[in-house]
Amino acid sequence: MRELEGSLSILKNVNILIYLMRGVAFTLIISAVAVIIGIVFGYILAIMRNYLSHGKYAILGRLAAIYIEVFRNTPLLLWIFICLVFVQTPKIFQVPLMGLSSVEVGLLFKGIVALTFFESSNIAEIVRGGLNAIPKGQFEAAYSQGFSAPAVMIYIILPQVYHKIVPTLLGQVITTIKDSSYIANIAVIELMARTRQVLSGAWQYNGLNQVNVTDVFILFGFAFMVYFVIDFTLSMIVRRTQKKIA
Amino acid sequence: MGGLFSAYAWSKVWGFRMGFLTGLGNTLLTALLGILLALALGLVFGLMETGRIRGLRVIAGIYIEFIQNTPILLQMCFIYYALAFSGHSIGIVPTGIIALGIYHGAYMAEVFHAGIGSIPKGQFEAAQSQGFTYMESMRYVILPQTIKIILPPMVNQVVNLFKNTSCLYIVGGMDLISVTYSFVTGEKTGGAYSPAYLLCGVLFFLMCYPLSRLATSWEMRLKRKEMAAAVTAAKAA
Repeated sequence: MRELEGSLSILKNVNILIYLMRGVAFTLIISAVAVIIGIVFGYILAIMRNYLSHGKYAILGRLAAIYIEVFRNTPLLLWIFICLVFVQTPKIFQVPLMGLSSVEVGLLFKGIVALTFFESSNIAEIVRGGLNAIPKGQFEAAYSQGFSAPAVMIYIILPQVYHKIVPTLLGQVITTIKDSSYIANIAVIELMARTRQVLSGAWQYNGLNQVNVTDVFILFGFAFMVYFVIDFTLSMIVRRTQKKIA
Repeated sequence: MGGLFSAYAWSKVWGFRMGFLTGLGNTLLTALLGILLALALGLVFGLMETGRIRGLRVIAGIYIEFIQNTPILLQMCFIYYALAFSGHSIGIVPTGIIALGIYHGAYMAEVFHAGIGSIPKGQFEAAQSQGFTYMESMRYVILPQTIKIILPPMVNQVVNLFKNTSCLYIVGGMDLISVTYSFVTGEKTGGAYSPAYLLCGVLFFLMCYPLSRLATSWEMRLKRKEMAAAVTAAKAA
């Protein structure tokens, strides 16, 4: 009983609570950036893979296909480690930012780059699914009206694709929020890493001079709850939009 | 380029080949046993979710929603620390097998659920009118018919499970990713980044890509068959 009280007192500590909530904020920021840039890359990759498989630019189509398959068939953590070594943090991100040290900002940058590359390949496949669902007649009708190929894409095809893939894209946001926890392997910035960090120091916060199993339950329970509330809300929205489309 | 074209770096990797093999072995072992556990849990909870008993349906729903909406890394760490701090540590690989099995079991359950849901109701009724019990009609009539539908998404889950074995790193596992990272950062072996990451990536790709292709081609064949069936039906009508 004393142990449980000790564990609960950790979460009553305002500083720790702020520390964890900042982690939640970083989890959301990381995921938002990765998804937004990932959608841009994903669209480009999907269009390249689908419509540049023949002709002058066939090499671009091949490259897009290779990119997508390579990233989809290797673990995110490998890409995080690769970016850790091979990505240079630009000067503007080598400064303390949002309560992080400049070293942490650099790690955050590299982690986001890896996550963005990784999610781009998944989003590309989602967009491709949407593109493939557009009837051929749409293209033919647009061409017969004298639209150029880029105009057909931008004005006729992509708006229809966007409508079809909204639920799947939202589902990918859930996946991205979960995947962002892999950044905990290189830096203590987001929720997952901060939960572990607090646990490792729990012996001094719970006033019992040792880490108890109740600390694990309380701290991880908190993290579980936060992830669940965010992701479950999103998945309810996914279901509603799916019903609307169907 | 971190020694991609340096013979010395590659010779370092070759010198550490037993380490990489051990990592690969651990990843394969974790993945295979994880898949078995995921299949078992998926079947049990998938059946519970499709069954007629409300209580069981609720339990299955909670399991699926809770597991699918929280990160595998958090689940893995929670199981590991909860066992460690209560003095029941069972080792990293068994913890990983359990965590991966539970996580992907939730997705497998949805796969089974969708598969069973796609079988026409008449099949249940016909089986039951022949005197089959619920379990018997599942075993002999329904599940065999779902296999074609559930195989592609199931294989996709297996690919994801392979990739998620990397969650062992955070608790100090000895899987392929962890071994690769300790190789490139190790005091004696450090530096040969490019060859080591390339090797690790290629090994993962060789495990996952054939499965992904298999799933995609099965899915395409299924879709073509459905289209063909729809066309024949339309012609007949």
